[in-house]
Amino acid sequence: MDKKLRILVAKPGLDGHDRGAKVVARALRDAGFEVIYTGLHQTPDMIVATAIQEDVNAVGLSILSGAHMTIFPNVMKLLKKKKAVDILLFGGGIIPDEDKKALYKLGVGKLFGPGTDTAEIVAYLKKYFKL
Amino acid sequence: MKQKINKENNRINDATISGIPVKIIYVPDDIKDLNYDRDLGMPGQYPYTRGVRQTMYRGRLWTMRQFSGFGTAKDTNKRYKFLLAHGETGLSVAFDFPTLYGRDSDEEISAGEVGKCGVAISSLADMETLFDGIPMAEVSTSMTINGPASVIWAFYIAAAEKQGVKSKQLRGTIQNDILKEYIAQKSWLFPPKPSMRIITDIMEFAAQHVPQWNTISISGYHIREAGSTAVQELAFTLKDGLTYVEEGIKAGLDVDVFAPRLSYFFNSHLDFFEEIAKYRAARRIWAREMKNTYKAKKPESLLLRFHTQTAGCTLTAQQPENNIVRTAFQGLAAVLGGTQSLHTNSMDETWALPTEKAVLIALRTQQLIAYETGVANVIDPLGGSYYVESLTNKMEQEAYNYFKKIDKMGGMIKAIENGYPQREIANAAYNYQKQVEQKKRTFVGVNDFILADEKLEMPILKIDHRVSEEQNKRIQTLRKKRNNAQVAKVLKELKRVCQTKENVMYPILKAVKAYATLGEICAAMKEIFGVYKEPPMF
Amino acid sequence: MTLIENNDHKAKSILNTLYPRTGNAWRIGITGPPGAGKSTLVEKLAMECVKHNLSVGIVCIDPTSPFSGGAILGDRVRMSSLFLDPKVFIRSMATRGSLGGIAKATKQMCDLLDAFKKDIIIIETIGVGQVELDVAGIAFTTIVVLVPEAGDSIQTMKAGLMEIADIFVVNKSDRDGADKMVMEIQSILEMKDFDRIPVVLKTIGTEGKGVTDLYKSILEHKDYLKVTNKIKQRMQSTIQTEITEIVQEHIDKQVWRNPKIKLALNRFIDNIINGRQTPYHAADKIYAIWKKLGRKI
Repeated sequence: MDKKLRILVAKPGLDGHDRGAKVVARALRDAGFEVIYTGLHQTPDMIVATAIQEDVNAVGLSILSGAHMTIFPNVMKLLKKKKAVDILLFGGGIIPDEDKKALYKLGVGKLFGPGTDTAEIVAYLKKYFKL
Repeated sequence: MKQKINKENNRINDATISGIPVKIIYVPDDIKDLNYDRDLGMPGQYPYTRGVRQTMYRGRLWTMRQFSGFGTAKDTNKRYKFLLAHGETGLSVAFDFPTLYGRDSDEEISAGEVGKCGVAISSLADMETLFDGIPMAEVSTSMTINGPASVIWAFYIAAAEKQGVKSKQLRGTIQNDILKEYIAQKSWLFPPKPSMRIITDIMEFAAQHVPQWNTISISGYHIREAGSTAVQELAFTLKDGLTYVEEGIKAGLDVDVFAPRLSYFFNSHLDFFEEIAKYRAARRIWAREMKNTYKAKKPESLLLRFHTQTAGCTLTAQQPENNIVRTAFQGLAAVLGGTQSLHTNSMDETWALPTEKAVLIALRTQQLIAYETGVANVIDPLGGSYYVESLTNKMEQEAYNYFKKIDKMGGMIKAIENGYPQREIANAAYNYQKQVEQKKRTFVGVNDFILADEKLEMPILKIDHRVSEEQNKRIQTLRKKRNNAQVAKVLKELKRVCQTKENVMYPILKAVKAYATLGEICAAMKEIFGVYKEPPMF
Repeated sequence: MTLIENNDHKAKSILNTLYPRTGNAWRIGITGPPGAGKSTLVEKLAMECVKHNLSVGIVCIDPTSPFSGGAILGDRVRMSSLFLDPKVFIRSMATRGSLGGIAKATKQMCDLLDAFKKDIIIIETIGVGQVELDVAGIAFTTIVVLVPEAGDSIQTMKAGLMEIADIFVVNKSDRDGADKMVMEIQSILEMKDFDRIPVVLKTIGTEGKGVTDLYKSILEHKDYLKVTNKIKQRMQSTIQTEITEIVQEHIDKQVWRNPKIKLALNRFIDNIINGRQTPYHAADKIYAIWKKLGRKI
């Protein structure tokens, strides 16, 4: 078997600051993952449709615009609706601790803050998927 | 317990943050080819390396202009009055993402982003509120707006008219730099061709009706924030600027009519001397290119005037008070580099838009540089430094190397379509990230000198749901109250003009005055012009 | 699909079950150099198909990094208008070591989409510059996309690319040199022997110009293959390639996983380095060992 983990890295909403998303995409590739990158301005519908068609193991969202309390819950809701709860939803961005707590309660995976070492993200995914 | 002592490790100390190698000391031999009259000149004299004005800050200090906007127009209006009351000398509008993207606050894709990263402006009514009680004839206003610049500018002109201010009196800047949107900032609307046409329409309209307005602020800021090096910021930004000049000439405009209204916007990053050298090299390149390649005659066409913002990407979420110090160094570099106006970031900006207290400290930082340090008393005080002059030369050379590569690809627009600058920037960003992760670059509080179990103790400005609810209500009332038959008519007229060679500013202004919303006007234009999609680049 | 791509042990039985349901979809391969605008053209072509009420499966392929084994699959960036279309299914694949511009399991992925009753399947090759000819082995209609700037390199590219194309597209044809490019391709084609001279079309992918003509040309080519019964030849060769590959894979596994052969191989390598044997001699010996073992199996 030639199994590879497939990760969708998406940039939801209107915020165009994709430096972080691209750096993470590269780091994941360099760690041996197959990364599906969809570009900017994705709606939760688009993200979930892509996640299902591409049969990804995890979805990573990068949100810097402060819209995290709208977007993460919407994506989570749609994943549940499409019975794709086995897909891990994680993310990164500027997310205050109290918001983080609320999102963890919804079942969102780890949320990485600014200045995170990309190795930390790789390690998290490897551990989660028991690689 | 024994105290651990910090020792030198594998840090890079023989290159600038952009990777330009630096020696341990610079001597006269390093600048032996420097010719004072040819390469430096007096301030206010060609090639303007030392500054664009004869008297520089002794004549007039730089404009202290804090980029600001959040929530509704009413919230931001209050903040502007606060800043002006505390000694700010110009306004700078930060719009929220939906506005930057030509969308109304009540559109589905705007959900969660209304008023978050700037102020929500969806119609002329919002612009009227934003400047309520602020004399538009007296204040100069910079607006960071690109894809929908034509529409937002029309809002501004129309709002001024309501105050009884004529367009000829207005002073300010629209960023309107679409090339860097494709390269870095990504708030584009239309593909390059129609975008360039709109920009030349704006330049033409300004020359006739708003002569004191800066029609494009050619921006390196966002290129740098996207992770470029200082050299890339310099090279891609100037190449963008020269491309606008070419397009203007191609559209039949006289270079000396529109070039004096072009201005620049640069980043001020961490590497102190590299930044200063960058500004000096930029002035020299622009003057030489405008004179020799584009045959500009008026001295004003050769002047590279610029605004500076300290580097948001260097601020840390960790130990945020340190950001005050970072910003002070960066602001100082901009002043030593001869900036015409300055924004200093607030310490809390990695977390949210700044609180009143944070923005006041940022403004005070500028005032400290201006009034306490004495650095503004002497023009270009680092001119003649072996290191700074040598680095200025180096920056210029490296920029020309990029120019050559881009010319070979058939110019900047082609290079962008092929993703060349995007790829160069993504590579630089990744390399820098690796250096930080390998601790070859120290980032205080992030990869070294970390405080264990740090808790955020700073108050953070929260934008609540009230903002988008208020905004939605406002727009919906507006849609009911206005003359909708008139709106339909002006939008139809706009679409017709988009298909011709006529200037689009006239029908846009008409549509704005009929209270057509930003989203409606942009949707009409997209119907004719199409939308841009980025090449995938890593 | 993931099971198939991963060559999971369940893959074979899935494919066996689904294979009888295939045979309905028309398979289109799109190849060409980097920056030719393939993804955008695929997006517009898919939209055209949907307009004609056809369902579309898209397989886009990106290279696997030889260093990390990872990949960034970024073709979707140009296809965002299709994400929510229920008639369109997009699957990105990494080459995972395969060299000819497509992934190893591309054909099987097409079979799946075919079995799921997609009318049209579009395969987009990686486009990293080298000649990517493998797609012609699994597509019925192969489209080679070029841009006006490629003019200088067309002489060098004609090897291979000229032979596999059923349709040439000069994309971004609003740029200088498009007509010259079309003429150059036509003049090269005229010098060659073809049963049917490939069509050369101009498109502007970003604006959707010329895409309707492209769609029509694909239908014409489909009719041509069916009328002349050349479709049978194509299918024969596709199936032959596939069976060959499957058998090859079996043999590879048998040969290289055999402990005796592994041992012999290591010994031969040492011998060759020490100048006591040649690679050809060693290969003959390994073949002989396998043949002897094979009789016992």
